[in-house]
Amino acid sequence: MSSEGDLLHTVTTEHISATRIRTGRAMVWGAAGLFVLLATLQGFHEFERISFGFETWRPVLYAYLIWATALCAAQVIMRGEQGKRTLFVLPAVLFVVSLVVFPLLFGLYISFTDWNLASFDGKKFNGLDNLRQMWADDFYWNALKNMVYYVLAISVEYVIAFGLALLLNAQIRARKFFRVVFLLPLMLSPVAVSWMIGKSMLEVRFGPIARLSRELGWDSPSFFGSPEIARFMIMAMDAWTFIPFMMIMLLAGLQALPKEVMEASKVDGANAWQTFREVIFPLMLPVSVTAVVIRIIFKLKLADIIINVTSGGPGGATDSVTSFIFREYRDRSNVGYGTLLAMVYLVLIVIFITVLLKTVSRWMERPQ
Amino acid sequence: MSQIFHDADVDRKHRAKWWTSRVLIYGALIFWAVICLFPIYWTVTTSFKIAPDVMKGNLIPWVDYTPQWKGWRSLGLSPETIFETSTVREEFVKRFTNSVITSVSASTLAVILGSLAAYGLSRFSYRFGFMRNSDISFFFLSQMILPPVVLALPFLVLYKELALLDSRIGLILLYTLMVLPIVIWIMRDQFAGIPVELEEAALVDGLGIWGAFFQIVLPIALPGMVAAFILSLVLCWNEYFFAALLTSTDAKTLPVMVASQTGSQGINWWSMAALSAAAILPLVVVAIFLEKYIIKGMAAGAVK
Repeated sequence: MSSEGDLLHTVTTEHISATRIRTGRAMVWGAAGLFVLLATLQGFHEFERISFGFETWRPVLYAYLIWATALCAAQVIMRGEQGKRTLFVLPAVLFVVSLVVFPLLFGLYISFTDWNLASFDGKKFNGLDNLRQMWADDFYWNALKNMVYYVLAISVEYVIAFGLALLLNAQIRARKFFRVVFLLPLMLSPVAVSWMIGKSMLEVRFGPIARLSRELGWDSPSFFGSPEIARFMIMAMDAWTFIPFMMIMLLAGLQALPKEVMEASKVDGANAWQTFREVIFPLMLPVSVTAVVIRIIFKLKLADIIINVTSGGPGGATDSVTSFIFREYRDRSNVGYGTLLAMVYLVLIVIFITVLLKTVSRWMERPQ
Repeated sequence: MSQIFHDADVDRKHRAKWWTSRVLIYGALIFWAVICLFPIYWTVTTSFKIAPDVMKGNLIPWVDYTPQWKGWRSLGLSPETIFETSTVREEFVKRFTNSVITSVSASTLAVILGSLAAYGLSRFSYRFGFMRNSDISFFFLSQMILPPVVLALPFLVLYKELALLDSRIGLILLYTLMVLPIVIWIMRDQFAGIPVELEEAALVDGLGIWGAFFQIVLPIALPGMVAAFILSLVLCWNEYFFAALLTSTDAKTLPVMVASQTGSQGINWWSMAALSAAAILPLVVVAIFLEKYIIKGMAAGAVK
């Protein structure tokens, strides 16, 4: 680790004695040794090679925590001022690595087994069987196709959010009131929303929306009967909760626009639509891209509303990948296959987002 | 009729145009406000209805129907039942406490870890193996892409082995992981806006880098930290997916309780409405009083 290029320079003339370095090393390696020892022991116990061992893996977790603490403390002991800098980032790095990288590797291993929590046979490596099963699983492909529809729905959300942001940025009274009101849907938990809207307001007999549509001449409204309408309803509910999110990002962008440019366009005699198309929209492109990309990332996790309102029905028409895997586990306890589906989904997402970001950045750099 | 000043025809046309634009703007604003508020209004009023009111579709309390405490009584939260023992209320309070504890601790942990990391990344240049500052930042932020479903099943198995299944600590760890990238995203922006000269002055005056961080930088960055905290709180409070998979009796949170009631109740809307209203109420209050911070947090990453 070097200190060149630091924004905040520190000058230290610290001398770190050999004893300090030795103590630091001893702490790290000692704790690591304890961790490895416990883990091996427990591993042997698990596979019934030895009878001696703990009930659970919890002690191994404690050993890991001791090692992590020792590693952080040793930074300061061994490297003084330099170590104090590392200490800013190290806890977060350790936290994320241990909670993401390790479970991901473990998940990768699970996804090639036929592990079913409901069966007593335990897990068995089954090679590419899960992949083959996935290839033939129409419901998974259907869920992926639905995700495409759900992501495309963001374009409509974006238009509405932009409109609302423009409204809030206009010269209006009670701006704070409207801002709070428009923000409210984002605060509500998707589970509560799925009852409030999906299960009661859209209820066919007594729900207010069903009543309204009967007034308007739709004799037997059914919101979750046909695939298209059901999918649209899920999109609408999700949009209702998340439009405020994009709206606020776009509003922040609008408020940061340079006033001079707007005045210049007014002086040049541009009308409202021309100002929007020629000035505001191009200037807002970077913010728009950020908002839409983050919204896509959130959309790819869509599940709560679907699980609670339709559980994927009718006939898988509203299934998202997440809700499909959730049911695969809930109904069949099929951990191995479910994990493989999730892993494939992750790979697809990473490819999609990378391509998206590359395309966007190339397109933004293009001379207009 | 000797009017000295009167509008020219051009001005009159202008004024008419101004009025139409006003009407359109306020019309659109009120229309969307109704869309935002009606579901909340509907839930709150339904919790005071009884069966016939629900079936007749009465909407306005005191005009269409007389409000009753029925829904809240079934939760044990109405005026008559609030001092009596009620198993439903105990259940509700337990879930509520779980939600409060998990979301507050996860947000606190995420803000601490995230602020430290964001500060380090904005001030010093690191090199862990091949990873430089930009790579480390990207590593943190890329966690946002990770869909929860990828981690859910491995964690289910791991937590079972670690005896963390159905425990609040297990949920807190996962929630912290979930909101950490967002906190880092917000805080990086905050620290970048604080001039380095302040810390340099503190270092000259004899503080260490950690002393300068705690005494100089932290107070300035506090509003940003509050924003990150509130945003994390909202996300953790509403989280359903992990809670549904990883908790069963002890650590179950409020969204899981709401979800488990939806199927079984039938037309028993008043009690569901009361439950939903109680579940969303804390965040509605947060939104009304701390709206400034929520908007600040979300706007932080948008405008560079």
